[in-house]
Amino acid sequence: MRNLITIIILTIFTAGASNLNAQGGYKIGDTATDFNLKGTDGKMHSLAEIKDAKGYIVIFTCNHCPFSKMYEDRIIDLQKEYGNKGYQVIAINPNDPKANADDSYEKMIVRADEKGFNFWYLFDDGQKIFPQYGATKTPHAYLLDKNKVVKYIGAIDDNARDAKSVEEKFLENAINALDKGKKITPETTKAIGCSIKSI
Amino acid sequence: MRTLILFILLPLFTLKVTAQVKVYETFSEFEKDYLQAKDNDTTYIVNFWATWCVPCVKELPYFEELNIKYANNKVKICLVSLDFPESVESRLIPFMAKKNINNKVILLADSKTNDWIDKVDPSWSGSIPITLFLKGDQKTFYEKDYHNTAELEIDLLKLKNQ
Repeated sequence: MRNLITIIILTIFTAGASNLNAQGGYKIGDTATDFNLKGTDGKMHSLAEIKDAKGYIVIFTCNHCPFSKMYEDRIIDLQKEYGNKGYQVIAINPNDPKANADDSYEKMIVRADEKGFNFWYLFDDGQKIFPQYGATKTPHAYLLDKNKVVKYIGAIDDNARDAKSVEEKFLENAINALDKGKKITPETTKAIGCSIKSI
Repeated sequence: MRTLILFILLPLFTLKVTAQVKVYETFSEFEKDYLQAKDNDTTYIVNFWATWCVPCVKELPYFEELNIKYANNKVKICLVSLDFPESVESRLIPFMAKKNINNKVILLADSKTNDWIDKVDPSWSGSIPITLFLKGDQKTFYEKDYHNTAELEIDLLKLKNQ
């Protein structure tokens, strides 16, 4: 009997573990975790700090990745457009700076200053947050509603290389749909990105 | 006279250099050439990478070693660069020369990535490197980076020996 219980428990655990591995992190409808991470402004920030938020635009991005760089201006524009409408952009660098020195907290401050980031640029020190979200690459965007329920996961738009050739603004469309209480389509998209670096 | 010779020679050199990397503008064109089932017993290794991707660059030598080891053993390797098409001559080709890459390199320029990532493999998140092994109508897919040639060879043999 005890053996049987062990087998059952083991099976559950193994299934759970492999599932986590295969799926990795949040799916649409899951409730996302809050965090308390240090920003390039030297202060600690959390989602709870944003009063009267209608939603949250959480984007995992970093300094070194060319795809992240190509989206910097577009992320600034997103914050300009939606920041004062209740949807703030929160950028998080998930990389271990030991893997790439360009992604250190100090270099984040330099980049935020150079580009004039108008949003929080936070450092996932110790890499505790990105695995919970299931981010695999930069940039990787998550749209949360006011209750932190995940509404959209994926790319910012359909053309990384050339902002002028974008045909579908996936993330913006998702924010607009969420704001109007309409159905978000597509809820998930994929784009090429730099894998998140761990040691 | 010397200037004239230079004028004649210069375009020749430029032509030679561009001919090294074929650029695929659309995914469907690339898919037809590299991902569709083939009527032979060769195992094809297709690796997605880019010069700006650190873990991708790190594993390239293992593909070179494997290419030498299996040169006469029904294995063909293709490195699919996701670099920008405008940087083929300024960046990709000089990079290949510097790193002594003898494997076949092509460039996939289709920027509508959301339309084709799932067609490569539905489990692919979009991060690189990835490696596919194809033989006949069978395919294996790995979203990971290799740390030595042996690791890569193990995944190759899993499919090749089937």
